[in-house]
Amino acid sequence: MEKVLTTHFANERYRRLDTYRQYGGYEALKKAFAMTPEAIIDEVKKANLRGRGGAGFPAGVKWGFLPKDLSRPRALVINADEGEPGTFKDRVIMTRGPHLLIEGIAISSFALRVHACWIYIRGEFVREAKILDEAVAEAYAAGLLGKNILGSGFDLDVTVHRGAGAYICGEETSLINSLEGKRGWPRLKPPFPASVGAFGMPTIVNNVETIADVPWIVTHGGDTFAALGVEKNGGTRLVGVSGPVNRPGVYELSAGANLKDVIYNVAGGMLDGKKLKAVIPGGSSTPVLRADEIDVTFDIESMARIGTMSGTSGVIVIPEGTCMVRALSVLMNFYAHESCGQCTPCREGTGWLKKLVGRIEEGKGRQGDVELILDLCDNMMGRTICALADAAVMPAQSFIWKFREEFDRHIAEQKCPYGNRF
Amino acid sequence: MSVAFSETGRAEFERLLTRYPDRKAVVLPALYLAQKEFGYVSAEAIVYIAGLVGTSPAEIEGVATFYTMYNRKPVGKYHVQICRNISCSLLGAEHLIEHVSKKLGVRPGETTPDGKFTLATAECLGSCGTAPVMQVNDEYHENLTVESIDRILDQLP
Repeated sequence: MEKVLTTHFANERYRRLDTYRQYGGYEALKKAFAMTPEAIIDEVKKANLRGRGGAGFPAGVKWGFLPKDLSRPRALVINADEGEPGTFKDRVIMTRGPHLLIEGIAISSFALRVHACWIYIRGEFVREAKILDEAVAEAYAAGLLGKNILGSGFDLDVTVHRGAGAYICGEETSLINSLEGKRGWPRLKPPFPASVGAFGMPTIVNNVETIADVPWIVTHGGDTFAALGVEKNGGTRLVGVSGPVNRPGVYELSAGANLKDVIYNVAGGMLDGKKLKAVIPGGSSTPVLRADEIDVTFDIESMARIGTMSGTSGVIVIPEGTCMVRALSVLMNFYAHESCGQCTPCREGTGWLKKLVGRIEEGKGRQGDVELILDLCDNMMGRTICALADAAVMPAQSFIWKFREEFDRHIAEQKCPYGNRF
Repeated sequence: MSVAFSETGRAEFERLLTRYPDRKAVVLPALYLAQKEFGYVSAEAIVYIAGLVGTSPAEIEGVATFYTMYNRKPVGKYHVQICRNISCSLLGAEHLIEHVSKKLGVRPGETTPDGKFTLATAECLGSCGTAPVMQVNDEYHENLTVESIDRILDQLP
């Protein structure tokens, strides 16, 4: 299958500008400068490029939300705050092909008439931020960023900005607050960032992979990109497989790949002959699937039809022998830790979910605890400023719906049948 | 006791100011700079940054405590953070945390009496394909086993 991003990722030198250019890097930018901004946006729309950060919003449509009025300066912000458990794909782009991202930024900024871009990268990625900083410096030195890029008259500044350890900052308005030097509290919408975003500017926030796809779309055309995927879901996706499989890692696959095939063929099947028990398909927030539910295509619409999401395409593989209550308990600890505390249903709800699931796992669960968890979930879902509460609720509900007997057994026996271990 | 950036620190601070349309936006990088120069983000460092940025210490404090990577107390020479999230747990992270805890004689959140190691658990470090993972200061160590973790920690000067 044709690859959009990873063709040269095995080459360690591909992260350097000279090697990137040997493989045709920045030719798409030259082509873009010969096009009109509107023509570039049209190609991205035709490409059916869906946001790769988890929500899957069509990138071209998002771009269309910027006001027509050009009197106010605009911003592009790259969401490199990769923090959804099970997700580790953008890190690969940033370390293996940082210039794909930078070229994508330059083209997208030209199309959006943006002259200031910030790449917001999670704080723990110290090495990745350094690689990006070096790549940005190389691009400036070669006249690919800065003033009058390639003689086009177009100016663009790019700054790498490190976060400081907060999952919530992956939410775009929280990310904007954090970029502005504030606590990462999500903002009420409207206004949406496209009207009032970073530093009050109309702002587009896009994921790393989304923007890294843009040079290929400009080179080969939106229709060609769309044809690599399935209907409404163009191109390829970087799929990260983690857990006990023979070949965990990041793979570039068609947006229409089959989930079972991803685990058993692409990732080499289960480690040490283990049996598959469950799969979290798109990062820890997406509803879990039982082993018998995974013979499906992995695109956004197909996953929605079976009640889950392809999310960030971080596939977490759970083997037989895993206590699902314990696994959920790990996730509930995470969401309670990461709730920003702004909205009561989330601040209190994630804390209660952590305590309730934790006590069931410890063998101290009470009759009615499972119903209480489900009731809590009803009082959290959709009742907060951002989606973090939903992100905690979706695993809680789905683990209970699909593996109810394990929760009941913990409560009935007043102990963890798996011995409180993974 | 008041604190101040070194000359290079001050130059870096001034460079940061040129990258944003608003002075306050340098708070996060300035807190990193303070942590690097002073070892941790002390109460004095917060007052100092507030003065540089032109806002109240309370506001800077509110930002610094929101994020996990600013240490409000001194940490050991090596800050050992082991991921305990789902992909790492599925591949033995709990066992590794217990092992390191026993080896260093401290629980997560504590520092060894000689000040060499602070042990901590971390939420997802975004390296799930090479789980289990730990971060020691700025460095990631991946595909950990009891043997490799021993080797890594034993080799630290």
